[in-house]
Amino acid sequence: MTYLDHAATTPMLPEAVAAMTEALPVVGNASSLHASGRRARRAVEEARESLAAALGAHPSEVIFTGGGTEGDNLALKGIFWSRRAADPRRVRVLVSAVEHHAVLDSADWLAEHQGAVVETVPVDSVGRVLPEALAELIDRDPESVALVSVMWANNEVGTVNAIRELVEVAHARGVPLHTDAVQAVGMVPVDFAACGANALVLTGHKLGGPVGFGALLLRRDTACTPVQHGGGQEREVRSGTLGLAGIVGLATAVRHVVASQPGEAARLRELRAELTRGVLEAVPDAVLNGDSSSTLPGTAHFTFPGCEGDSLLMLLDSKGIECSTGSACTAGVAQPSHVLLAMGADRAAARGSLRFSLGHTSTAEDVAAVVAAIGPAVEQLRGAGRRRIGVRA
Amino acid sequence: MRVLAAMSGGVDSAVAAARAVAEGHDVTGVHLALSAKPGTLRTGSRGCCTIEDSHDARRAADVLGIPFYVWDLAERFTEEVVDDFVAEYSAGRTPNPCMRCNEKIKFAALLDKAIALGFDAVCTGHYARLSTVDGAPELRRSADGDKDQSYVLATLTEEQLRHSMFPLGGSTKPAVREEAAERGLSVAEKPDSHDICFIPDGDTRGFLRSKIGERPGQLVDDATGAVLGEHAGVHGFTIGQRHGLGIDTPAPDGRPRYVLALEPVSGTVRVGSAERLEVASITGSRVTWPSGRPLTEPTECVVQVRAHGGLAPALAEVSGDSLTLSLGEPLRGVAPGQTVVLYEPSPSGDLVLGAATITATAARPL
Repeated sequence: MTYLDHAATTPMLPEAVAAMTEALPVVGNASSLHASGRRARRAVEEARESLAAALGAHPSEVIFTGGGTEGDNLALKGIFWSRRAADPRRVRVLVSAVEHHAVLDSADWLAEHQGAVVETVPVDSVGRVLPEALAELIDRDPESVALVSVMWANNEVGTVNAIRELVEVAHARGVPLHTDAVQAVGMVPVDFAACGANALVLTGHKLGGPVGFGALLLRRDTACTPVQHGGGQEREVRSGTLGLAGIVGLATAVRHVVASQPGEAARLRELRAELTRGVLEAVPDAVLNGDSSSTLPGTAHFTFPGCEGDSLLMLLDSKGIECSTGSACTAGVAQPSHVLLAMGADRAAARGSLRFSLGHTSTAEDVAAVVAAIGPAVEQLRGAGRRRIGVRA
Repeated sequence: MRVLAAMSGGVDSAVAAARAVAEGHDVTGVHLALSAKPGTLRTGSRGCCTIEDSHDARRAADVLGIPFYVWDLAERFTEEVVDDFVAEYSAGRTPNPCMRCNEKIKFAALLDKAIALGFDAVCTGHYARLSTVDGAPELRRSADGDKDQSYVLATLTEEQLRHSMFPLGGSTKPAVREEAAERGLSVAEKPDSHDICFIPDGDTRGFLRSKIGERPGQLVDDATGAVLGEHAGVHGFTIGQRHGLGIDTPAPDGRPRYVLALEPVSGTVRVGSAERLEVASITGSRVTWPSGRPLTEPTECVVQVRAHGGLAPALAEVSGDSLTLSLGEPLRGVAPGQTVVLYEPSPSGDLVLGAATITATAARPL
């Protein structure tokens, strides 16, 4: 099997599996006052400190969550509520056009139910949010902006945004910025303090940790009204008993991927270059989407003119090569990608695209398998696509 | 063979796929998403388009151990089936959307895509017997007379049928349910679908009203020409309809009135007594021959004019693309736009000879 869908989820690192396995039988609620409770609390706090250190954050800025979607919901809704409570004029929520649905749908919910006015920050043809575009949008009325949300790196095409510059634009206008860094951590250098963002979301399963565990990094000066109420854990921003083993697994994975990031990124960049070269050689009119000068090292996203992405995916799947068409809805229907549409692609191109995403288990053999299979698959679809079964006149 | 099993999420298509697997074919399951917004068309436990149905289809594929995908054919479905349905009604005709879906979606758009992907055939859970005799496909009625769906498959061309597979044709519905339970398919007890899948509440009139709006016209007594009332549009009626005509005055002879004819241009709905509904001859066009054998001489056959019932013996004659049928006994409720299917009676399942779209009817034999 050739697994090239690491951007969807990547296998757990052996180090994380080992740490979690060791932590699973440990008894103790980190909120309990007895010795077992203290032991659990200590493990959680050590995990918090190591995760914070790896990402340039202060331990008190780490809020453990149930993953990326929860983190984005909490950041969007929580910061919106707090900012508007402080000043009722702040109703505008500015989100980039290429955000994950965890951000887009949270923003839409705020618009439908909480009186937010959601505005889209456009991207250019390679999927970048330009600082001038953000500045212009804020400047229409800076006082009315509750927050800005721009992802660090795009999950479909892999384009990496200049987050620090975007933060500077927002902060110069007195506006906080949240960034969904789910695809970025472990793939590109991520430093919470250096980038200046008010909130940053990551999740375990995209970086070799467990599914269902993530973190929201939240600056102490940024108020965030809780979505979920209860025992008051995590600075009362996120109530709920802490999942010790998962948190330990998450922190172990973060520490590991951040430490190995420079070398691993270089290795993936080479594989990606090989993949891109091979695919474009096999299918000369294929288009590599995104921004090659500022991209995730392992993500290669192509449009294959004259092919439907889901057909191509199915053909490759039948040959043991696993990739993705982009985002899928609950019914499993491949919709034309909103990311490509925002980048100016037409609907046909947006439906004729595939994402190959490499990760820590990817090898040169994986790349060779795709390169060997893609040409015949595209040819088969294009050739057969012209044939029609005779139907009633 | 490489077989693509269309899996609606119901029990029939699940068992059909299971049988294809059992026969040793290389089977892949596909659920067709036919609504642009899944969940908005039907929200009940049945239908073709819900997330729940997609889930049921996926779970059936899991049990069978076959790959499974969801294909989005919503745009094609809207254009070819829903829009056509509305257009036909507004033209005063009575379409059969399930037939249209078979003709244009399942055995056209889906089949084309399947062939492009290297599949040899599309497998569905329809109740009809399909075999190849002397190199030509033969489509026959199902062994389950109540469930027989040969009528809604009869407009498929010979080429479409060559790439089709109906593994349930020789079975009865109770046997299929039993088999589903034995195979551990959770859809074994799922209720049958009845309504039109894109009309969630079964209110066809309401759906048409929302799409077409009001086009007022008059209800006219076909015999006397007397205006009996007003109506909101010919799309609110079908030929043979008796109830809900909205006429206050009873007929002079006290007998019930029926819709006899719809005239969309003038907006006139003609009504009259039952015997005036009776049709003795039918003209059709767009003739198809499932076995690729057009009738070359006048042929005695049995015709069927709607999905359930509406049978009569007839003499069929073909001239060019036109088919004329002289009925051995009159039929009621025959409307232009409906499909007439020609059968050759047989103890091994009546054979579909051909099918045509009804263009005109006459009360007298030709």
